Amino acid sequence: MSKANLLDRRQVVSTLLANRKDVVAIGGLGASTNDMCAAGDHARNFYLWGGMGGAAMIGLGLALAQPKLPVLVITGDGEMLMGMGALATIGLQKPANLSIAVLDNEAYGETGGQTSHTSAAADLVGVARACGIKDSLSVTTMAEVEAFAKAVHDVSAGPRFANVKIDSASLERILPTRDGTYILNRIRGELGFQPI
Amino acid sequence: MHARADAPDTAPESSVLWPDDIFATLQRFDVRQVPYVPDAGHSKLINRVLASPTMRGIPLTTEEEGVALLAGAWTGGQRGVLLMQSSGVGNCINMLSLIPILRFPFLTLVTMRGEWGEFNPWQVPMGSTTQGVFELSGVQVLRASHAAEVPAVLEAAAAQAYNALTPTAVLLSQRLIGAKVFTK
Repeated sequence: MSKANLLDRRQVVSTLLANRKDVVAIGGLGASTNDMCAAGDHARNFYLWGGMGGAAMIGLGLALAQPKLPVLVITGDGEMLMGMGALATIGLQKPANLSIAVLDNEAYGETGGQTSHTSAAADLVGVARACGIKDSLSVTTMAEVEAFAKAVHDVSAGPRFANVKIDSASLERILPTRDGTYILNRIRGELGFQPI
Repeated sequence: MHARADAPDTAPESSVLWPDDIFATLQRFDVRQVPYVPDAGHSKLINRVLASPTMRGIPLTTEEEGVALLAGAWTGGQRGVLLMQSSGVGNCINMLSLIPILRFPFLTLVTMRGEWGEFNPWQVPMGSTTQGVFELSGVQVLRASHAAEVPAVLEAAAAQAYNALTPTAVLLSQRLIGAKVFTK
C-alpha cells in the first residue's frame, strides 16, 4: 500500500539503536533482523533467522531473567501477528524492562510483498493495549521514534509497545551472522555468563 | 463426572505426592521460569510453582510461546521448564527448531492424554504421535508410568537437559495421572 509520510525502516532502526548503551535487541525473522545488522553489528544483537512468532517471547524470557536490563524486540507486522498471543502473555507478566517495536509495512516483504492483516483490519496497538500493555502507541514520526528509543532505557515503566508505520520499499539485504550458538553465547558473554 | 479411573489416583490432590517430587527436583536444579499451559495432571505442580518464591509460573496462550521463552531465559542466565499436555506438543513443532540452533537447555514435562483408558477419541491422534513428534524434532523422550519412578526419571531428565544440553521431554503417563472418566 502506498501512503504518504511513511517512515524509512533503516532510519527507524538506526535511531532505536543509536544510543543503545546496554540494550539487548532481538530482531524478528525477516527484514527486521537485517535492519539491525544494517545499523551495525553488535554483541548484544539477537538475530533471528527462524522461529517465526517467537521474537516477543524470547524478549520476555530475557526480560524476566534480567529485570534491570533494557530489552528491545524489533520485529515486523507478520512476525508479530503469528505470535500475537505473546502480547497477552506479556500483558499478564508486565515486565517493566521490555519494549516491543513493530515495523509495520502492512506486508510480508520477504515472500513477495503479500498484504498482511494490518493493511486493512488488524490494529496491533489496539491488541497490545487490550492485552494489558497500557503504554502502546502508533508511531508515525521520527520524533516519536526518538522518544521511544529514550523510553526503552527506563526499566521501571514498561512494558511498552510501538507500532511504527514504515514504507514497503524492499531494501538491499544486509545479512547478519546465521550461527545461532554464536549469537546466543555472544550475548551471554556480554551479560557475564560462562559457557556450560 | 471428573473422577479418575485408576484406583490409586482417585485420592484427593493433596495425597498425590509425585508432583511434590517433581517440584523438589526442579528446585534443586535451580529452575526459575516455569511457562505452562494448564492441565489437570499438572495442577498440583503449577500450584507449588505459583507459591514458590524462587520460581515464576508463566501462563501461556499456546505452548510454542514457552519454547521461545526458555531461549530468552537462558540468554539471561536462567533455567526453565515447560509444562504442557500432549495435545500441546503439536503446537510447538516449528519453535522446537530453536533448540538445536541456539543450544539452550530444554526440559519439558508432558502429561499424557489419548492412551491408557482414554475416553475422548479426539485426544488419541496427538497422544499417539507425541513421542514420535519429539523424537523427529531432536528431543529425547523419557517416561514415568508409576509414582515410584518419578523421582529417578526427573533426576535423569533434569541432569541431562541442564548439564549436557540434551533436549529432553518427560512423558507423565496417563496411567500415572489417571484417565479422566466422563461416562461408564
